Amino acid sequence: MSAQMFSIVYTGQQAPELKDLARSRAVTALPLAGRYRAIDFMLSNLVNSGITNVGIVTQHNYHSLMDHVGSGKEWDLSRKQDGLFVLPPFVTNQNPGMYRGTLDALGGVMSYIRRSSQEYVLIIDDTAVYNTAFRKMMEYHLEQKADITVLYQQERPHEAALSEGVTRVYLYTSEEGRVWDIEVNAASPKTRLVALGAYILSKTLLVRIIEECVARDRHDFIRDVLIRRMNDLRIFAFGHKGVAVRIDTVQNYYAANMMFLDADARTDLLTKGGPVYTKVKDEVPARYGENGRVVHSLIADGCVIEGNVENSVLFRGVRVAKGALVKDSIVMQNGDVREGASINHAILDKNVVVQRDRILSGTGDFPVIIRKHGIV
Amino acid sequence: MKKTKKCIAMLLAGGQGSRLGALTRDRAKPAVSFGGKYRIIDFALSNCAHSGVDTVGVLMQYQLHELNFYLGTGQAWDLDRMHGGVYVLSPYHRGGGGKWYTGTANAIYQNIGFIEGYDPENVLVISGDHIYKMDYREMLGVHCEKEADATIAVMRVPMSEAGRFGLMRCDEDNVVVDFEEKPAEPKSDLASMGVYVFNWRVLKEYLIRDASDPASSSDFGKDVIPAMIRSGARTLAYPFEGYWRDVGTVRSLWQASMDLISSPPAFDLYDPVWRIYSKNPNLPPHYVGEGARVSCSLVPEGCTIYGEVERSVLSFGVYVGRGAVVRESVVMPFARIGDGARVERAIVAEHAVVGGGCHIGVPGQKPEKDAGGITLVASDVAVPDGDVYERGSVIDGHTGREETE
Repeated sequence: MSAQMFSIVYTGQQAPELKDLARSRAVTALPLAGRYRAIDFMLSNLVNSGITNVGIVTQHNYHSLMDHVGSGKEWDLSRKQDGLFVLPPFVTNQNPGMYRGTLDALGGVMSYIRRSSQEYVLIIDDTAVYNTAFRKMMEYHLEQKADITVLYQQERPHEAALSEGVTRVYLYTSEEGRVWDIEVNAASPKTRLVALGAYILSKTLLVRIIEECVARDRHDFIRDVLIRRMNDLRIFAFGHKGVAVRIDTVQNYYAANMMFLDADARTDLLTKGGPVYTKVKDEVPARYGENGRVVHSLIADGCVIEGNVENSVLFRGVRVAKGALVKDSIVMQNGDVREGASINHAILDKNVVVQRDRILSGTGDFPVIIRKHGIV
Repeated sequence: MKKTKKCIAMLLAGGQGSRLGALTRDRAKPAVSFGGKYRIIDFALSNCAHSGVDTVGVLMQYQLHELNFYLGTGQAWDLDRMHGGVYVLSPYHRGGGGKWYTGTANAIYQNIGFIEGYDPENVLVISGDHIYKMDYREMLGVHCEKEADATIAVMRVPMSEAGRFGLMRCDEDNVVVDFEEKPAEPKSDLASMGVYVFNWRVLKEYLIRDASDPASSSDFGKDVIPAMIRSGARTLAYPFEGYWRDVGTVRSLWQASMDLISSPPAFDLYDPVWRIYSKNPNLPPHYVGEGARVSCSLVPEGCTIYGEVERSVLSFGVYVGRGAVVRESVVMPFARIGDGARVERAIVAEHAVVGGGCHIGVPGQKPEKDAGGITLVASDVAVPDGDVYERGSVIDGHTGREETE
């Protein structure tokens, strides 16, 4: 990459529509695809793009996130120069500790921004999951002499239905790619370009924007910068060509996991921009018993499969006993589905036990969720 | 001030391991894949990590790149330490010329300088090609308590196989009175496991003495330990009970792999307090497709399975095509089994490709000599579609990886 870039990842998103799944964890810490957490994809995208200075801005429930990223070693971000910085909120005269938006949060980490030596910054403030290297976007940003470049995805027609509690940013662009209109949560958008919440701009511009906005008590990056400054800043849109999944509602989270069962989507999400790195657990290989029967499923290490698994995603260390059935479900780490139990369209959070012969049944639109440590 | 250590380990990663044939063509024996996501050396290194031995010198002089890359900083085994860690020690040139390690004891002798750098009280000498879980602290405890000069871990083996081992006879206090390396006519069934604790000052003396004896082969079992016993050094046997296997032959490697999937497994990888550490290949969970059938097997991350897998140990990144059958076999990292192929009682080594419709390991008349009844497909070999090989064949020397890609 010709130009040097650092990155700030904002992880303070609230997602009431995730219900119990995000009760005790940040959205970006949600387990995904059998062995990852959502943030693994973004951190891997960054390191696969040659970015070695990453600040993670945290806000709510960031314990599990900090535990997961640790020193950043697993992403090769434990470095002498730069590396990974976890930036929790801290209370000052100016800052009551709660960020009111991305800009507010960026203002809170101003000292980190000033200290970073790179000329450009990539800001991530969305929990969308995709696999890309940001090099092409950076090249595009320079080619267009853009002030801000926004990453977008072409939304497929059936995805347009907007549920409550989620945010979608629609972009209208000219032929050359310049953004001329933006709508947030439009009821009937006339564009299929949806922003993915990744922005490239120069550090100088970012500092100026933050200073101006803080002075005027503005804290929303989309409304107070992108929309308000559309005419005097050159804002361009760059398309992500591959798959991107959302995890901001239960339905989306469920669909995102199921997406990984598709061979093409899996290849795209796990290899396209580079490998996805995650925290290593030293689990043993999955063990299949005599009567295990698995069809169209992802199975992580440490699982012991003696029953039936269909169309499901099993995280590390899950046990499916003889005669048990796991169908169209997501079972997180150390789940234990005992003899004769049957679950379908269920999401079992970590360490859930489904006792003998119990039956759990949800639907595709409304999967049953069992909280962490739940015993059914 | 120089820090001292209670005990450091010297791991004999050795020579070629020629009995593994084509499996060790491009890598040293300890770097051979085992148990789905491990390499043989992981077991000894994990034992060190769990036993609080934080300094390990790995002695090797054969194909060391693969193992050197694998070990890296030692972080995977928690052996990246401020004072200590894992070091690859290969022969080097010194003022008067260097020479290869001529034997196990000579390898330690040539690294006296390394060991002295840690000024250890004791030195644990272990081997990189054994599958076992052992708390070296207990052995070290006995060694210190009994004020031994040398302590040898031993286990009982069937008399019929005893001739493959170093055998000893002991008195009632476990003091070794007689030690014979691989005798033609075994007089004991008490076998050395190749795990020794030595008092370093005593061992150093014997190593120096051994090095000046031109008749010596500088081997622990053949020379140094018999010399210690002869001259009255206090040599103890430390009885070990539990699973221990030397995986130095194709047959024993296959058998030890099958031990992982017996029910209950003869060797339990699932022990939560004694995890076997390994370098993580960073692969997604494995995918089992429609029409696949997997039973009594180990399947790690990164595999894609559309066929049938029965009583087998797959390694990470393995692909099993539609209609393929893998039975009682070991498939090493990133090997591919083509659509409709059959693989039975075989070891398919890393990156090998078995073409569609092949039949590997057909029960036949062929004398089961080369690999003890196990068919071996060597690493990087591409077996052309439809080829048939009888059980016990060794399939090597087709096209290399460069040509198949």
